[in-house]
Amino acid sequence: MEEFTIPKPPRTNYLNAEYGLKSWLLTRDHKRIALLYLGAISFFFFIGSLYAMAIRLELLTPQGDLVQSSTYNKMFTQHGIIMVFFFLIPSIPATLGNFLIPMMIGAKDLAFPRINLLSWYIYIAGGIITIYALLAGGVDTGWTFYVPYSTTFSNSYVIAAGLGIFINGFSSILTGLNFIVTIHTMRAPGMTWYRLPLFVWSHYATSLIMILGTPVIAITILLVALERLAHIGIFDPAAGGDPILFQHLFWFYSHPAVYIMVLPAMGVVSELIANFSRKNIFGYKFVAFSSLAIAVFGFLVWGHHLFVASQSVYAGMIFSFLSFAVAIPSAIKVFNWTATLYKGSISYDTPMLYALGFIGLFTLGGMTGLFLASLAVDVHVSDTYFVVAHFHYIMVGGALFGYLGGLHYWWPKISGRMYPEGWGRFSALVIYVGFNLTFLPQFVLGYMGMPRRYHTYPADLVSWQVLHVLSTAGASILGVGLLIPLFYLVWSMRYGPIAAANPWNLPGLEWQTASPPPTENFLVTPVVTHEAYEFAPPEHTKVVGKFERERVQK
Amino acid sequence: MTEGIATTHEEHHAGLQHHFENMEQQREASTLGMWVFLVTEIMFFGGLFLAYTIYRYQYPAAFATASNHLDITLGAINTAVLIVSSFTMAMAVYSTQVGKQRVTIICLILTMILGATFLGIKAVEYRDKYRDHLIPGQLIPGRPFNPEVAKPGDADPHKLHLVEGATVRNVELFYWIYFAMTGLHALHMIIGIGIMLVMTIMAWRGRYGPEYFAPIEVSGLYWHFVDIVWIFLFPLLYLLGRHLEGHLG
Repeated sequence: MEEFTIPKPPRTNYLNAEYGLKSWLLTRDHKRIALLYLGAISFFFFIGSLYAMAIRLELLTPQGDLVQSSTYNKMFTQHGIIMVFFFLIPSIPATLGNFLIPMMIGAKDLAFPRINLLSWYIYIAGGIITIYALLAGGVDTGWTFYVPYSTTFSNSYVIAAGLGIFINGFSSILTGLNFIVTIHTMRAPGMTWYRLPLFVWSHYATSLIMILGTPVIAITILLVALERLAHIGIFDPAAGGDPILFQHLFWFYSHPAVYIMVLPAMGVVSELIANFSRKNIFGYKFVAFSSLAIAVFGFLVWGHHLFVASQSVYAGMIFSFLSFAVAIPSAIKVFNWTATLYKGSISYDTPMLYALGFIGLFTLGGMTGLFLASLAVDVHVSDTYFVVAHFHYIMVGGALFGYLGGLHYWWPKISGRMYPEGWGRFSALVIYVGFNLTFLPQFVLGYMGMPRRYHTYPADLVSWQVLHVLSTAGASILGVGLLIPLFYLVWSMRYGPIAAANPWNLPGLEWQTASPPPTENFLVTPVVTHEAYEFAPPEHTKVVGKFERERVQK
Repeated sequence: MTEGIATTHEEHHAGLQHHFENMEQQREASTLGMWVFLVTEIMFFGGLFLAYTIYRYQYPAAFATASNHLDITLGAINTAVLIVSSFTMAMAVYSTQVGKQRVTIICLILTMILGATFLGIKAVEYRDKYRDHLIPGQLIPGRPFNPEVAKPGDADPHKLHLVEGATVRNVELFYWIYFAMTGLHALHMIIGIGIMLVMTIMAWRGRYGPEYFAPIEVSGLYWHFVDIVWIFLFPLLYLLGRHLEGHLG
């Protein structure tokens, strides 16, 4: 692949413009804030993974021989809280989104740089309080904080953990607010809505969920804390309150939150599929609007978490129907990605491997979601490992794969260095194998009746133990697979080959500036004259998009 | 594409941040930002409005009882106070846009005084509830919810006059929602007054004018929003009893 020469990058970029701890902690540059987030969420991901490993080790044998039941309850709770609220929800938006949205739309920064920095500090404050809750004695309610257990019976640090999540929610709200305003008001001249990269569209949809859903979980957790502190009775039947109200309020946020996790990953995958097939995306508008459709439908399906919680059967039927309806925009995306691949000139670089992995795993996760949306089947598999496997396929196979794919794809832009491609492909493969080995057996386990959140199972059921051993083996492979990128990405920051401004030869706006970019992103405000993913015809081997073609002619 | 746009490099206004092209873009961003923020506020209050709706539907008699015990006069005065404060706020924005700095400062100070008046009256109402043992749960340690229930024929306004079908336990649920909603609203008022204080100081220093008035404008949006929440709270909490009694017969 011939490298297209772009004017020599200026010596100063956002990484070396200033030095010292203060220049990082007080920065208002969206790119530096993205890196602050990257560090923080990697830390939380590491903690959450440790809990996952402990859980899998415990389940290796039918007896509870590693930890006691109460400790086990805390482990899965803390695994969930940390992974959901402190890794998955901020993962792509706060790092890649923060870094790339201004660059993709040709802006110098997000609309509110100070609020952006504030959101990071809020995240850290929420994280510290949550970690305090873990160290002080832990939480054992499950990440769902169901009442009346969380309000009345649990003896663990519910209020501290709740407070951490409450505070952390505002970081998510502020990020969403910043993205919406930025996408509306900061686009470069010529960057119309239909020229926006799909990554930006999916983040717009994500931001809508963030600002509409997160305040509801905030007030809900506040109510749980008040109920616990002052016994006000809102969720307490003895006082006329209704515990099911909690479940409604909780899932009104927490189901859409799943889309906060997976929509940005879908945005990443849209970029990867189009760019590594070197083809315009098939059905741009359908892919763009399916993101919005998922955001809208996502708010109408929370009741499928209450099929076995005394919800009226008619409400159940409507929620079941609406949950099926979410499959439509999701399938539109999968079909359009597949159609984009058709006759594309595909290269299997590491990011593309993750994208292809995403399509397969997300499809499997989505299809099993339809099982759970069916009223009758859900009664059988409710609260079993089938559910656990289903949402891990969406959250790990979906969100985490998208995150890793995006991180590799934009790594040259972020760090100015290339990661080692061989190691990249190898670890992508290890992660894929490890992931499937971990979670495929759990579908079977769940269907056979293994309930979630138990740390023992009958010793005479040999098939259960076999499946658990497979799952634990898979988790170990997955863990090793995740450590490899940690090492080589850190290594490449110092020793990786210097990356060109546009190492993949792509037309996107973020590639038309130096790697790493200067603090103001573009030395001159770009004027956009072409659609996203507009690749040049094959005879123009030297140029990749209309953009370069025009510049070459000049 | 590498051509820069010919931005008119007239005198850059001191209030223009580096990442915006011009004042117009900056103003658009800050107003939209505030609107989006207000949407999140609606969702935040929405959880409580949902709880209110469900329990009002389940326990109409208890809600009528509790609502009757609220002080309609004080509530109505407070409603008027807030509406006038919205007017002074709107005048503050307008006078900034036409460059009358002195009027702006006066209007902002009036807005703060009216806001403080509202909070003062609210405090009187809270004190009355405290006196009647109507603070729900153990919000005040050592003084649990324990109102005296009036016997038939007893007209003592400090006692709870149960409408038929109401229970004291469910009345407590109403008071819980009352305190959560008005308390959250009062918290927003306090924050609002804080914002107005900053705006007044900045206006005093001559930061704002016809060129640059976005901060005053978005603070105004926030203030009006907090007022509107009260416009919903007043009938839902104070006037509900009269409405429901008509229906309960």
